[in-house]
Amino acid sequence: MIKLENITKTYPMGKRELTVLSGINLHIKQGELVAIMGPSGSGKSTMLNLIGCLDKPTSGNYYLEDKEVSRLSGGELAQVRGKKIGFIFQTFNLLPRLSALANVELGMRYVGGSDRKKATEALVRVGLEERANHRPTELSGGEQQRVAIARALVKNPPLLLADEPTGNLDSKSGEGIISMLTSLHAEQGITVIMITHDANIAHHCQRIIHLKDGEIVTEETA
Amino acid sequence: MRKWLDPITTAWNGVITHKLRSFLTMLGIVIGVGAVITLMSVGRGAEEQILTNIQSLGSNLITVRPGAFTFGGVRGGVSQTLTIEDSQAIAGQVPNIAAIAPSYTSSLQLVYGDSNTDSQVTGTTPEYMAVNNLETAGGSFFSYDDYQRSNKVVVLGTNVADTLFGDTNPIGQQIRMGTIIVRVIGVLESKGFMFGSPDDAVYIPLTAMQQTVAQPRTPQGGRIVSAISLTVSDESHTQSVIDSITSLLRTQHHLTAMAEDDFNIMSTEEIAATFSEAMGTMTLLLGAIAAISLLVGGIGVMNIMLVSVLERTREIGIRKALGARERDIWGQFLIEAAFLSFAGGIIGVVGGWGISFLIDSMGIMTTLITPDIVILAVSVSVGIGLFFGFYPAWNASRLNPIDALRSE
Repeated sequence: MIKLENITKTYPMGKRELTVLSGINLHIKQGELVAIMGPSGSGKSTMLNLIGCLDKPTSGNYYLEDKEVSRLSGGELAQVRGKKIGFIFQTFNLLPRLSALANVELGMRYVGGSDRKKATEALVRVGLEERANHRPTELSGGEQQRVAIARALVKNPPLLLADEPTGNLDSKSGEGIISMLTSLHAEQGITVIMITHDANIAHHCQRIIHLKDGEIVTEETA
Repeated sequence: MRKWLDPITTAWNGVITHKLRSFLTMLGIVIGVGAVITLMSVGRGAEEQILTNIQSLGSNLITVRPGAFTFGGVRGGVSQTLTIEDSQAIAGQVPNIAAIAPSYTSSLQLVYGDSNTDSQVTGTTPEYMAVNNLETAGGSFFSYDDYQRSNKVVVLGTNVADTLFGDTNPIGQQIRMGTIIVRVIGVLESKGFMFGSPDDAVYIPLTAMQQTVAQPRTPQGGRIVSAISLTVSDESHTQSVIDSITSLLRTQHHLTAMAEDDFNIMSTEEIAATFSEAMGTMTLLLGAIAAISLLVGGIGVMNIMLVSVLERTREIGIRKALGARERDIWGQFLIEAAFLSFAGGIIGVVGGWGISFLIDSMGIMTTLITPDIVILAVSVSVGIGLFFGFYPAWNASRLNPIDALRSE
């Protein structure tokens, strides 16, 4: 599903260059549930952004479903994001002025067009059909994250990326979100990659990748 | 279906979620378009009114003046070549003429009691009234008998009558004109505002005028006149009459084939066309002044759109993460800008229409709204939205999704 070959990513920092990722090699099979752990600044988010086609590597190759995507144009990358990848963010990233349902519809807006019926179905899947017309500010953090999951799921992507999905939640709603992600993985075979600081959460996953200073230091398999 | 609708609903959401800001953005366009509509309608109204006034002279009126006389151009060194004899020759030899009147105009002082005024006094024949479509509001025009007997009687334009007499009835009153005493026998109906309006004129039998103003003569002894005006019996003969008069006058004036005409013939139609052109330029000028406010409105749109893009950086990041391409983002903001300025344009048209209706109905000025002004104003406003929305939209579309998502 995902194959990273010798990926590096550097950012210009004044006259010097800051290396965020150096020589990452990683293979993730379809249907895996993977956790990425590591201290701040270890390059977790950068790696997830690269996998999510939000960014391009400085060098190296990235194959998504056997297709080299690291050299695609901005518009082509956008298409890949739209069709293949669902994002879940730590800060939910819902549009505050849209209802829950409209936020979920937005998930399909750029891939085939909004579809109220599918959006409603996705809200049912995360158990929020009764809150469809509420705005994010009227929802709890856990509910907002479920809306975000529904938004990611509405287009049925093969890959779900979550950047600290429970980072802004209390432990109880956090557990709810994790169990939702694990059951999505178990029932629908979606490949899930999530960044987390929480070892308990990480141990729900089949594989844990530890990053440090832009390199993969250890890998554990459950 | 939904796919087509999506960009429009997105833009609409952007507009209604920021109601006050959208309103203020539109206001600039509203005022600009409103100003264009109002000023253009005033210009067009004035144009229309002047043309109506010219047409009220009679559409079959032809005026012969001496020299190379041109409207709009420089009118220098008018030669005195036109004579009463020319007028008589035209009357005698050119067919299809309904009425003809030579006239000699001179500036003279008029005095009644304490009031006095300098006025253009026109000495002419009784036919002048019919030729120029004049009507009397009181009294009568001078008769053929007055002309034959050189009776010192005058007919006043309304403005002259007002200046001299105020509330007094001028009919039958005696006034001093130059060196002679004349009696007022009539006051003309107002013709309204225009260049050389009869409202400011005084008419007297040419024979009587000669007693106070020495009418100049040509070297050949012809009695010089300022103009010969005539009407054709039917509009369809206008051109043939002009041609006949031209060749007749060239013979009368002994012009060689090479020489240019020493007279100028104009029909009402030509005068109207000349005025129409001049007024069109004025209307355009008014419109251009108003267009400056439209431009300012456009810059307002750009300003607000730039702010809007900044404020919605995170939204743009989210949309990009969800698969929006650059052109999706670009389109969203462009449609929003075009929508704001289009709506502003429509409101501006309605507002401008209302104001010009008020100006008209309160009798300040005649206004006229034509479809072309409306179409122009609305399409220009949309164009301004697209033009000034382009840069902010382009800016938005080029945001890096990661940076955009990280922004607060």
